[in-house]
Parts: sequence; structure tokens; C-alpha cells
Amino acid sequence: MKLKKTLPQLITLLFIVLIFGFFTMNAQENMDTRGIEFGFGFLKQEASFDIQFSLIDYDGSHSYARAYLVGLLNTLLVSFIGIILCTILGTIVGVSRLSPNYLIRKTATFYIEFFRNIPLLLQIFFWYFAALRALPMPEDASLLFGSSFLTIKGFYTLAPVWINFDVFMISLVIALIIIFFFNKYAKKKQEEEGIQYPKFFISLVIFIALPALTFFVGGVDVSFSYPELKQLAKTAFTYEGGVGIPPELIALTLALTLYTATFIAENVRAGIQGVGKGQHEAAASIGLTPGQVLKLVVMPQALRIIIPPTTNQYLNLTKNSSLAAAIAYPDLVLVFAGTAMMQTGRAIEIVAITMATYLTISLAISALMNWYNKRIAIKEK
Amino acid sequence: MSKINILKPNKNNLNLFLVLGGLFFTLGILDFCLNNFLEKNITSFLPGFISFFTPLIFGIIGLHFIRIEFSGIKQLDNLNKNINTNNFNAALSIIIILLIIFSVAPLLNWFILDANFVGETKEACTGGGACWVYIKIWFNRFMYGMYPNAEQWRVNLTFVLVLCFASAGYFMPLKLKKYLTFYYAVFLPIISFFLIYYLISGGEFGLVWVETGAWGGLSLTFIVAFFSLIFCFPIGMMLALGRRSDLPIVKYSSLSFIEFWRGVPLITVLFMSAVMFPMFLPDGTYIDKLIRIIVAITLFEAAYTAEVIRGGLQALPRGQYDAAKSLGMGYWRLHLLVILPQALKLVIPGIANTFLALVKDTPLIFVVGLLELVGMLNLAKTNPKWLGFSMEGYVFAGLIFWIICYSMSRYSQNLELKYKTDR
Amino acid sequence: MPDSIIKIQNVNKWFGDFQVLKDINLNVNQKQKIVVCGPSGSGKSTLIRCINRLEEHQEGNIIVDGNELNEDTKNIEKIRAEVGMVFQQFNLFPHLSILDNCTLAPIWVKKMPKKEADELAMKQLEQVQISDQALKFPGQLSGGQQQRCAIARALCMQPKIMLFDEPTSALDPEMIKEVLDAMVNLAKQGMTMIVVTHEMGFAKEVADEVIFMDEGMIVEQAKTKEFFANPKNDRTKLFLSQIL
Repeated sequence: MKLKKTLPQLITLLFIVLIFGFFTMNAQENMDTRGIEFGFGFLKQEASFDIQFSLIDYDGSHSYARAYLVGLLNTLLVSFIGIILCTILGTIVGVSRLSPNYLIRKTATFYIEFFRNIPLLLQIFFWYFAALRALPMPEDASLLFGSSFLTIKGFYTLAPVWINFDVFMISLVIALIIIFFFNKYAKKKQEEEGIQYPKFFISLVIFIALPALTFFVGGVDVSFSYPELKQLAKTAFTYEGGVGIPPELIALTLALTLYTATFIAENVRAGIQGVGKGQHEAAASIGLTPGQVLKLVVMPQALRIIIPPTTNQYLNLTKNSSLAAAIAYPDLVLVFAGTAMMQTGRAIEIVAITMATYLTISLAISALMNWYNKRIAIKEK
Repeated sequence: MSKINILKPNKNNLNLFLVLGGLFFTLGILDFCLNNFLEKNITSFLPGFISFFTPLIFGIIGLHFIRIEFSGIKQLDNLNKNINTNNFNAALSIIIILLIIFSVAPLLNWFILDANFVGETKEACTGGGACWVYIKIWFNRFMYGMYPNAEQWRVNLTFVLVLCFASAGYFMPLKLKKYLTFYYAVFLPIISFFLIYYLISGGEFGLVWVETGAWGGLSLTFIVAFFSLIFCFPIGMMLALGRRSDLPIVKYSSLSFIEFWRGVPLITVLFMSAVMFPMFLPDGTYIDKLIRIIVAITLFEAAYTAEVIRGGLQALPRGQYDAAKSLGMGYWRLHLLVILPQALKLVIPGIANTFLALVKDTPLIFVVGLLELVGMLNLAKTNPKWLGFSMEGYVFAGLIFWIICYSMSRYSQNLELKYKTDR
Repeated sequence: MPDSIIKIQNVNKWFGDFQVLKDINLNVNQKQKIVVCGPSGSGKSTLIRCINRLEEHQEGNIIVDGNELNEDTKNIEKIRAEVGMVFQQFNLFPHLSILDNCTLAPIWVKKMPKKEADELAMKQLEQVQISDQALKFPGQLSGGQQQRCAIARALCMQPKIMLFDEPTSALDPEMIKEVLDAMVNLAKQGMTMIVVTHEMGFAKEVADEVIFMDEGMIVEQAKTKEFFANPKNDRTKLFLSQIL
């Protein structure tokens, strides 16, 4: 009997070992013939290429490791913005799908069916090469909202210039701490005496008032730098001052948001529909207001249905951000697995690092999701 | 007794209110159309801010007048129930109607009225609308890539044959049904491979050899998608079985394999196949670009397929396993003859979804220099004789993909419904 | 005539074209127990759901404990706090424990402190003999246990009226008795009850009056003894012959 169990396993093990062995041997041989060393030391070398868009200081004299960091931050930036936007849009569309209003329902359905069935890469190309190309040149752009310019070279808008920014940040942190303790206190009060404070409203007031206070007593001040048209050469204009958001980022975020929101909308719809009508009725019949029904009965159940597939979509969005390579947005893949690899020729190490990065992100979020699911699972027999 | 309200219709004065409401509503729409299409503002005597919103205001007033809870007229009640339940809903409905008017007219213009359909060169595109001449001229390239025009019949023939073989499974006589798994997992891939090798690639039997670099366009999309699908199927099946196995080494290696491919973006996988993979092969061996790509995509999709099939395996009642085991069937017989055919029926919608995702992922093969439909588009728009028509190209490709994907998703939804009721 | 706690006057209701309640007139006094029976589709569930405005009537008046049911929402919530309802499908909140199910409304609507609410809930759970399950979740209980919890949950708001919409129709036969026992207990304590049910044994034991509805109308309404001994209407006779 034992043989039956061990034999297939041994065969599988042998198979795996053989394949890996074959690959490693060949790789070793190939690297020897080309005189390439396997190692990660190249990361410290000077990168000597520029990156168009970076959140941290970077130029050609920095190391490859730093270039990796820049790429990673760019990936996380577009993923983060995309996740927030697609959640908002997806929730609105998902709820609209259930509206009793025929027109709203059909519009939401049209949106979902339209953007879901066109490849994401095509959508990215469309926004970048077709739509954003139709924008005016910097010198021809008109003023928007009194401060911004939407041009073919990017969206230029005002940038805040802070005095005593650290004081402001500290006040935010203190505000959050106060809100945390206030909520605990309010909950205790409710349990002991039944008095209910409008927790959300008061928290909001604290969150706004305290940092605002620093403007008056903390010496915090913020002024804005506006983008201004500057002529570089006879036909080359650009904007200086303010902050410029590159069209690559805009196109990528737009496409990712519109595409992923369709899936999130369907998840939200399934979640809301998954809470039976009887739950609404029972909650109403014991006298809860519509707001309380939503907060205490419907949302907790709906969220349990919505959250797992939605985190999957967030992961997909993060992985899809790698399509940035197609339009030269300097994300991790383009910067590291693209430019850096071309320059150093270290294919194995670089591709391995890149894949490992994405794998880590995926596995971390999956683990978090599993933990969360176990904790909130509705207990059954 | 319901109160009589001067602003709300009731059964008696319904007709008056209907006329009034209709009038206001039409006025709102008219105002909007005049504003946007003829540049005339009939409410210009009002301050600028208000006159911008007059279409909306008129529309809301109009809808308010015709709002009655139950009138007896079927169309009116339908209208009220669906878009006019309260003022907020009415406002949203009007906004949507105005948006539709706002976008449909210029779109119609661009697509048809101002577009050019006839001609041979760029000069034929004189109108302000779409230049469909561009699509017409490049159509062959978009469909077949750089495949020589004279040989394109071979591609068509291959597709027809493969389709016949693929759908043959549906018409199989009952006696042969138990070989269904074998047919789709082994027979079909082999036949398709030979068809593609000898017909499309050629080089034998008097057919001209066409290198894979020349394959392109929509036909390449289909080739890649189809091959990946039929190869990822058996691999996904093995992985799903491995994942559910009791043997630890098998289980954990399947698990690692699946989680690895699901955790990385497809583009890095393609990079890997293009750049890293040659390093893992003995020096001097050269594997065709297309084959490398298909292998990469196959392994990638196999991981997702494995999860879909695993779902189907889990959904089967335990009784099936018990019954088959009690009849003396071993692990393989049990799975191949009893479990898998049933599980596969359950997961057809999931497989259809995977195929859909596959089709939507094929444009990524541009990273290795293969040009399917989207790749051809990008190539065409840089052609010096045809600059500036990127919009038409993307719209065309978008339309094609949309039709394919939408039909597939509709089909899989129908299948799902059908199988739900079958039980 | 003692002042009725529920007055239903000339109530008509339509679902679109279909009239589901036709000219309903009904008065319910305090401490009265009324059983409503009839074939499916007769409008009995719709009728009691109009009483706590889970359904809205288009014509007529419904006055509950002096408050008229109309579009005024503040009124509706006040009324719902005084009218408890038990559903055919139990509708317990699966993400909350039994105790939390019961204390939810007292805490959030009546603004009771948690300790007080817990004590109240435990008392009601003891009444229906299920206090040992207080910390379990609905998914872990049987159908009969869940329905008894639903009764306790409704009672925690200390309502003046209890509505029952076919409370035992979704239960396995061996669990019907435990729920009916809880309802009989409640009746003995003087609660005003309107029960839509097919359980005629329960009606005979507890009800003061029985109402038979068919096709949206009240066909026959009589004191219990009279109803079962001497049904006047042919349709009533037919119905009784089918279920007894």
C-alpha cells in the first residue's frame, strides 16, 4: 500500500528535479560561454539612464537598485490611484445596476458590457494614442478652473508649497489619534448609558478643525505655485511651476479604472442582491431607520460577499499596470525588466527580481484576504 | 380621500396635465438641441448660469406634471414607474437623455454621415468623419498580418477544418461519448497542431513556406488563443487533479505552480519567454518565437484553468466518487471516465470566461515582436502614406473584439442557465 | 365599543393592475387574538404587511394605536417599534449572535444601555426557552430554534401588537410544536396577536376571532367557536373541508 502512495510522489519529484536540473545546467553553460556572472552585484552599479517620471530623486548617476525603486514606486502609484478610483466608480455603477430607474439601469449595463469586452491594452492605446493626442499643444491650451492646463504633454496644475509641513502632518496624526479614542469613548457611553453621539460627524469635524487650527497658531501656511508657459525654443513650449502629470500616467490610470470598475460593479451588485429581501424587511420591522438598516444589517452582509472577489480585482489591476510598458510609462517592468535589462544583459536576475516582486505583492494580499475571510466568516453548523 | 393638489395630476384632470407636461418636456429637449447643434439660445434673456440649465429645468417640470401613481394608461404607468418615481429620478433621467442626444449625433456624424467609404488613397478621405477607406485598404493586413495574399486561403481552410473537428465532439454518437475527454485533451490538439504545421506554415506538399514572423492580424489572434486554450486544457486538468491529491509532494508542487503563474503579470511571463527562456536551453537550439509564446501563454492560462476545473471537481457530489470507487475503478479510470466528463460540463462557462480573458490578453504578444490585430494597427498607423488615422484603426479593432467577446460572454451565460435548469 | 388598537377602514390595494385587497374593514381590540386563514394568493400576508407598512395601501385608512399610516416616515418608524413581526423565513441576521439579534433594535432605536438590553433579551429568550443558545449564531441553530429567536427578537421591542406571517410554514413537522407552544404562551400573557396560518388547532386553542379571506376580500369573520361550527359562506365551507 505504501508503495502506491510513494511511487507517484517519487516520480513527480524526479520529474521536477530533472527539469530544474536541465534548466540550471544549460543556464550555467550559456552564461559561461558568454562570460556573464550570476550575481546581484550589478544592482549597485550606476544606471546611467534617465527616467521621465519619478516620485523620488533620481538621475543617471544613481544605482540600478534605485532605478528599481523608482519603477516600483511608479507601479504602486498608478495601482493605488487606480484602485481608489475604480472602487468609487465601480460602486456607483454597481448600485445603479439595481436602480428601479430604467434609464439608469440600462446606462450602467451599457457601460459594463462596453468596457468589459474590449482588451485592456487596446483601451490603453486608444486613450494614449488617439484620445489624449487630440489635446492642444502647451501654447494653445486654455485655462481651466483658473489654474490648470490640459495639454498633449500632460495635465499641469497648481502645486502646493508648504511652510511647516511637518507641523501640519503632526496635527493630522494627532487628529487621527483623538478620533480613535473619541470613538472608543462614544462606544463605551452607548453601551453603558445608551446615549448615541453622531460619531461620524464629530470625527469629521475633528479631522478638519485640528489641522485647520495649525494654520492660525502653528505657523503653517500653504501657497500655490502656478504653471506658467515658458518658451524653450522657437516651437517648443512647456510649463514651469506647478506640477505636471504626464499623459502616460493619465492614459494608464483612465484605462485601468474604466476597465476594472466593470468587474467591481458586478461584484457590488452581486453583494447587494445577495442580501435577501427578508433581511431588509426584518430590520425595518423592528423599527430601524433606513440608514440603520443599511449600516447594521445590509452592509455587513453585503461586504462579506463583495470583498473577496474585489481584492482579486485589485490584484489584477496591479498586475495589469505592467502594461505601462506599451506606452512608456516608467513602471517596474519598463524600467527594470526593460531598460535596465537591455543595458546590463542580466536577464535571469532581473526577470527573477521582477517576478518575485509581483509574486510577493500577490501572495501578501492573498494571505491578508484569507485571514480576513476566516475572521469574518458567518458561522454555520 | 386624496387631496387635490394644483401641481399634481389626478384621475380627473389627467389629460390637461399630460399636455402641459409633454409641452414642458419637449421644450426642454428643443432648447438643448438648439443650444448644442444650432448654436441658438432661446433663453438668452436669462442670466448665463440659469440659461445653461433651462433644458434640465423644463424637463423636470414636464416630468413632474405627468407623475401620477396609477392612471390606468399602460404606457404612462410604465413610464412613471421606470423613470419618474420622484424628482431626483426624473432629474437623472433627463440628464441621461440629454447626454444621449449630446453624444449620439456627433457619433453618427463621424461614423456614417461624414465618413468616407469609397476610394483607394488617403486623398479620398475628404470628409470630417471617419476614413473607412483606410480600413478597407488595410483589411487584409489586419486579418492576416504579413501573410502573402496569395496563400491566405490556407489560413481560412485551416480554421474551417479546426472548427469542424472542435465541434465534432458535440455531435458524437452516444457510444463514443466516454472518449470525449480523450478527444478534447489529446486528439484535438494533435490534429490541430498538424493542420497548422502543414497548412499554414507549409514547406511540404508543394505549399510555400511562410515563416511565423509573417503571421499576424486577427488570424494570429485566433491561432494563439485557440492553441493556448486546447493545450492549457489538459495541463489545467492535471494541475487541478494534482491540487486535490492526497499525496503531499504532488499537492504542493501543483499548488506552487498554480500560485506562481497566477501571481505574476502576463507581460513579465512573455518577457521571460522571449529573453530568459533561451538561456535555459542548450546553446544553439532555437525554438520558434511563436511556439515559445504559445507555451508561455499556455502555462499561464493553465494555472487559471486549473482553478476553474478545481471548482467543478469540488461541485460534484461525493456520491459520484463513492459509486465509481465501489465499482472497482482505480484513480485514473474513475477520473477519466466518470468525474472529469461531468465536471467539465459544469465548468464550461468558466472555461468560456478563460477563453475570453485569453482573447483579451493576446495583444500583449507585441513584446516579442509578433503582430496580431492590435500590433498590426500600431504598425499601420506609422505608415507614412496613411498618417493620422489611428482613431479609425482603434475603433475598428475595438468593434471586432467587442463583437467576439460579447458573443462569447452571452453564449457562456446561456450555457450556464441551461446547465442550471438541466439539473 | 372599546377603542380598537388597529382600525382598518375601506382599504384597497393594487399591485399594478391587479387588485390584491378589496374593501377591507377590520377592527382589532387590545389583547385580541385574530387568526387569518385562506387559500394562497388571497391577500392575507399583504394585509398584515400593510399594518406595519411593509406594503403600502392606495385607498382607505389604517390607524394603529392612534397613528394613521401614511407617507410620513417618522410615524412609520414609531409604529414599527410598537408592532412586532415574525416572518415565515425567520430572517434572523446571520452575521450577529442570537443575543445581538435581539439587542440590536433596543440599543439603536430605544437607545438602551447594553447591559439593560442584554438583560431584556435574556428574559425574552428564556420565555421562548432558548436562552442557552444566546451566544450562538443563526446558522448553527435548527429552524424551530431560529423561529423562536425571531419571536424573542420581536418581543424585545416590547410591542403592543404582534403580527405573524405563516410562522410555521417553513418548518419541519417536528419543530412546529415548539414554535406554536411559544406563541400560545405569548397569547396567554395578553399580547394582541394577528396570525396568518394554516394551523387550525392553534386557532381553536387561542384565537378569539377567525377571518377567512379569499381573492382579496374578507369572506367570513366570526368568533372562533362559531367559525368552525357554523361556517356561513360556501367558500369558507369548502376551504375548511380541505384543510381539516
